[in-house]
Amino acid sequence: MQSRALEILVGFFVCLGVAAIFVLTFRVASTDNIGGGGGYTLTADFSNIGSLSPGASVKLAGVRIGSVTGISIDPKTFQAVVAMRISDQHRDIPDDSAAKILTAGLLGEQYVGLEPGGSLDALKDGGRIQFTQSAFVLENVIGQFLTGMVQKGSQSSGSPGAAPAPATP
Amino acid sequence: MKSAWQSLAGLLSGLGRATLFLFQLLAATPHALARPRILIRQLYMVGTLSLVIIVVSGSFVGMVLALQGYRTLSGFGATASLGIFVAFTVVRELGPVVTALLFAGRAGSALAAEIGLMRATDQLSGMEMMAVDPLRYVVAPRFLAGFIAMPLLTAIFSVMAIGVAGGYLIGVSLLGVDPGAFWSQIHANMHPLDIWQSMFKALVFGAVITWIAVYQGYHAAPNSEGVSSATTTTVVASSLAVLGLDFILTAFMFR
Amino acid sequence: MPDIPFLKHAMAVDDNLVKIRGLRFGYGRGRLVYDGVDIDIPRGCVTAIMGPSGTGKTTLLRLIGGQWRPTAGTVEFDGVDVHRQGRRDLYALRRRMGMLFQNGALLTDLSVFDNVAFPLREHTTLPESMIRDLVLLKLDAVGLRGARDLAADALSGGMARRVALARAIALDPEMVMYDEPFTGQDPISMGVLMRLIRTLNDALGLTSIIVSHDVAEVLSISDQVYILSGGKVVAQGTPEAVRGSTEAHARQFLDGRHDGPLAFQYPAPLLAQDLGLGAVS
Repeated sequence: MQSRALEILVGFFVCLGVAAIFVLTFRVASTDNIGGGGGYTLTADFSNIGSLSPGASVKLAGVRIGSVTGISIDPKTFQAVVAMRISDQHRDIPDDSAAKILTAGLLGEQYVGLEPGGSLDALKDGGRIQFTQSAFVLENVIGQFLTGMVQKGSQSSGSPGAAPAPATP
Repeated sequence: MKSAWQSLAGLLSGLGRATLFLFQLLAATPHALARPRILIRQLYMVGTLSLVIIVVSGSFVGMVLALQGYRTLSGFGATASLGIFVAFTVVRELGPVVTALLFAGRAGSALAAEIGLMRATDQLSGMEMMAVDPLRYVVAPRFLAGFIAMPLLTAIFSVMAIGVAGGYLIGVSLLGVDPGAFWSQIHANMHPLDIWQSMFKALVFGAVITWIAVYQGYHAAPNSEGVSSATTTTVVASSLAVLGLDFILTAFMFR
Repeated sequence: MPDIPFLKHAMAVDDNLVKIRGLRFGYGRGRLVYDGVDIDIPRGCVTAIMGPSGTGKTTLLRLIGGQWRPTAGTVEFDGVDVHRQGRRDLYALRRRMGMLFQNGALLTDLSVFDNVAFPLREHTTLPESMIRDLVLLKLDAVGLRGARDLAADALSGGMARRVALARAIALDPEMVMYDEPFTGQDPISMGVLMRLIRTLNDALGLTSIIVSHDVAEVLSISDQVYILSGGKVVAQGTPEAVRGSTEAHARQFLDGRHDGPLAFQYPAPLLAQDLGLGAVS
């Protein structure tokens, strides 16, 4: 019957389409950070996160093991609290590990890099990484560099009155 | 001066009519589910019959992207990123947009012509006189079918372009990019959110194209010029709408 | 109004199924198609509406069917004002009318059988076996029982109209409206259609309205005739009475004269003036 063939062809089309969506979602995209499914959460406090955004990678030794799921401000310390979801195969990260905010290449995206410590105890779900290093902010670094130059210059010239003059406008 | 006002008024009234038509259409759409046979037939018309053009063009777009991407990336010694280059381009932009443009040309024009012909041959009036609402019987199933088919076609297009016959075939088999690097770069950087945004774009495009097509067909002048101008207007207007909407949607999704 | 059964009944047995009063209708701004038309369609009769092309005869059927709204005036079907009904009530009214469009307006993606079954499937919950019997009966009435499996777009014009007629009577309506049923038909299928219209009307107790400009055919099968011209009724009555009409518009139409109240010349300035000859003299 003609309508039967039609139904089969339509069924074929729909199956193909749904299969393609599944392939895209689970084979092409990384699946380690689908909300709710799998993985465990860690947090880390930073004094400055630069341009880190949710969805950024969390890497251990350069290998992606999770992603940033949320960024908020601690109301007391005014530090940025970064929540990360780490995939379940990496359950045994030492609890004295350090988290750094790094940049991929010179101008690339920022990501969180973990450096494993030597402790025998592993971080648990909801655990906090204590040792952190904030983002590399170019302006601050240049500022520090310039202050260092000025201080160095004032020390070597031996005239103590020269340096404070521009500092008090 | 007067004619400018008149054309503005004409434009506004056309937009108003189309919007009211959309509301009527949305109200009628649930009734399309009550007639699965018609819906299936329409899915065949807009979906299955579009498969060939989608598969073929998806493959070629992927192959071209791989060649172009390889040339650009090899200048930076970054050919390992070819996979993610192709994947991002296809998933974020070309998948939904090219599929939508092909869909407008293939399915949109056919829809407008079919409904316009039904208008010209009094089939729509005939239904009204038989106390059957043509919006429910003719228009709504076609609208719903377009709405369903577009995301599926976009997904098929994307899979063809990235993996099966496009980027992977050229990049890995012809240009010698390491297959591991090809896939791992994609895995590392592609987020499921990208896929869902791509599907969302496709849904919006599908709805807009079929809306324009059924509106043009339904309101076509009941003669052969009316049908042909409805077909042309459908392809032109829906292509422009897709490109304009793509910009708006991308701006919203841009993070 | 108090809901008194016998009163309703008394209204229902009014001799006229359709009553049109003071109908005015125009397309867009300006041109009036109807300028105050009164028409009565008596029950059980074949009523013909005739007139030159462009007098909006088809428009009249669309107004009766409630597809278009008049600018002024009323159209009553069985005592109910067609244009004061909500969508649901209007659709209920339309189920009591059948309409035969000029080209049949068959659904081209369905077979002959499915076309005739279409209104039954949409409006009844009859089992498929009963629908089959009904469809075959209706097709038999128009002599096309054997053509049930043909595709609707493979039919000749005359056959398509007969199938459309079978479809129009599928729900056993009280009234059938025919829009130009004879246009473009060869003499044989014209004869077939004429006979069908008359016999179906009498056998099924229908009320029929034929809109046409084929004078001889229509006058031979109708009980009552209206001739429209210039937005008004110019002659009405039995075919004999209309044949003997002395009204100028009606005469011109019936005799097919090239010139008369409807001038051969479209309104224009004098020929000499248009050709620039007036200026020379």
